[in-house]
Amino acid sequence: MVRFEQVGLSYPAHGPGPLAPVLYDLSFSVPEGGFRWLVGASGAGKTSLLRLMYLAVRPSTGRLSLLEVDIGSARRRQLAGLRRRIGVVYQDFRLLPHLSAFDNVALPLRIDGRSEGQIRADVVEMLRWVGLSGKLDSPPETLSGGEQQRVAIARAVIARPRLLLADEPTGNLDEVQAERLLRLLQELSRLGTTVIVATHNRGLVSRHDAPSLRLDHGRLVC
Amino acid sequence: MARSPLRPRGFDDLGLQRALSDRLLPFLVAAMAFLAALALAGFFAAAQLARHWQQGAAASVTVQVPAPSAPAAGAGAAPATRLKRVLALLRKDPAIASARALSAAELNALLRPWLGAESRPLALPLPAVIAVSLAQPTASLAGLGAALGKAAPGTLIESHGVWAGRLTALAESLQASAAVALLVVTAVAVAVVAVATRSGLATRREAIEIVHGLGATDRYIAARFAARATRLALLGAIAGAAASLPVLLTLARVAAPFGRLEAPAAPLAIPTAGLPPLLWLALPLLPLAAAVIGYVTAQVTVHSWLRRLP
Repeated sequence: MVRFEQVGLSYPAHGPGPLAPVLYDLSFSVPEGGFRWLVGASGAGKTSLLRLMYLAVRPSTGRLSLLEVDIGSARRRQLAGLRRRIGVVYQDFRLLPHLSAFDNVALPLRIDGRSEGQIRADVVEMLRWVGLSGKLDSPPETLSGGEQQRVAIARAVIARPRLLLADEPTGNLDEVQAERLLRLLQELSRLGTTVIVATHNRGLVSRHDAPSLRLDHGRLVC
Repeated sequence: MARSPLRPRGFDDLGLQRALSDRLLPFLVAAMAFLAALALAGFFAAAQLARHWQQGAAASVTVQVPAPSAPAAGAGAAPATRLKRVLALLRKDPAIASARALSAAELNALLRPWLGAESRPLALPLPAVIAVSLAQPTASLAGLGAALGKAAPGTLIESHGVWAGRLTALAESLQASAAVALLVVTAVAVAVVAVATRSGLATRREAIEIVHGLGATDRYIAARFAARATRLALLGAIAGAAASLPVLLTLARVAAPFGRLEAPAAPLAIPTAGLPPLLWLALPLLPLAAAVIGYVTAQVTVHSWLRRLP
C-alpha cells in the first residue's frame, strides 16, 4: 500500500535562499498489488515522486506511508529495512561498475543476508530469464545499453519486492523485450507487488490498460 | 580459469580496494607505529633509568671517618678504633643493608684523578671511607649521624640522595615527554585514518548511495570500511614495529651503560637484548592498537558521514 496525503517536496536551491518546491499537495493511494502508470511531460516531477517512494528524499510537507510504514516518523534503521522491500529500476541503471552482472544482481540478496547457495540459484535463473545467462561475469561497461537495463531490471525484482518502481524501464529495450518486461511487471502485480512505472512511451501505456498518475508542473492532474 | 560467480572471499561490493589505497595508508600507519615504538622505548627506558637511580645511587651513602685508627670515644673495657666502632654502629642499624670500609687500594684509586698515578703512600692523614647501602632509599639518617658523631667526632655522612633525586626527576621528565609523544602519535594516527576514510567515502560516494538505496544499513556500510581500514592499519603497524626493532636494538647497545652500570658483556645474548622487558610486551601490542584505532576511527567516520543520506 502506498498512501500520499497532501505531500509536498522542496529541494534546497543553489546558494542561500528559500527552498525550491517541485511537488505540491499530492494525495493518492495505490493498493497492494496495484499497477499504475506515472506519466507527464519532462520536468513534471515524475522522478521526484519516484525518489520520494524509493526513500531517496523525505517529504517536506504532508504525510507519506509506504508498506504500512509512516515515513515521517520512521527510524533510520526501519527505513533501511523498508528499502530492501522496494525494488527500483533507475533511468540511468545505477549499476556498480566494478562488479559483474551476477554480482550486481546478487547485491540486494547479499545485503539481505541470504545464503550464497540460494543467491546463486536465484541470480542465475533471473539472468537467464532476462536473456543474459552468457554474461554472468561481464562487467556493466562491456554490456550494451539494453543489456545494462535488463541487469538493472533483474536487480530490482530479484528480491521479490513488495513495491516496484521503474523509471523509463523500456527506454533501451526493443519492442519484444519491452512487451516481455511489461508482462513480468503485470505478473508481479498480480502476485501482490505494487508496481508504479514512469514512462513517456504512450504506445506502451495504450496497449496495457491500467490507471495512471498524471503529473503536471508538480501537481497531480488526475 | 573462469572466475566463479559465487561470492569471492572478501567480496568488495563498495569497491574499497580502489578507494582506500593499500599503499598510502599502510605507509603512514607504519611511520606512526615506528615513532610509537621509539616513544614506547623511551618511556620504558626512562622508567628503568629512574628506577635504577632510585634503587642504586639514592640508596648509597658514603661515611668518612677522620683518624680511623685512633681509639673511639668512650671506649670501655673493649677498646676499639674509631673505624671499627663506626662500622659496628652502622651494621647494627636496621636501616643499613651493608657497610664496607674501602681498602687503601680503592682509596688510592679514588684519589688518583686529583693526586696523580704515583703509588707512593701519602704522608697526609687520610680519613677512612665506608660505602654504605641503605635498606630503604628514603631512610632517615639523622639519628645515626648523631650516634656516629658521638662515637667518632668529625665523622661525615654524605648522602647521594640529592643527586639521585635530580637524576630521577630528569628520567621522569623524559618519561613524561615520551608519554606525550605517544599520545601525539596516537592522535595523528587517528587523524590519518579519518582523513583516508573520508577520502574513500568521497571517492565511493556513488557506490555507497546505490548500496544504501538497496537497503544496506549504516552498520553494513561502516563494517566494510572498518574491515578495510583495520586490515591496512594492522599491516602498516606490523611493518612499522618490525622496522623499529633494529633501531631500538642499536640504541639499546649504545645506551646500555646508562641504564645498567654493570653493562653486560654481550647485550644481545641476554633474553631482552638490552631492551626494557616491558617493551617486548608492548611492541606486539602496537599492531593490535593500530588495528583498534583503524576499526574505531573508520566506524565513527563512516557513521557520521552516512547521516547526510536519508
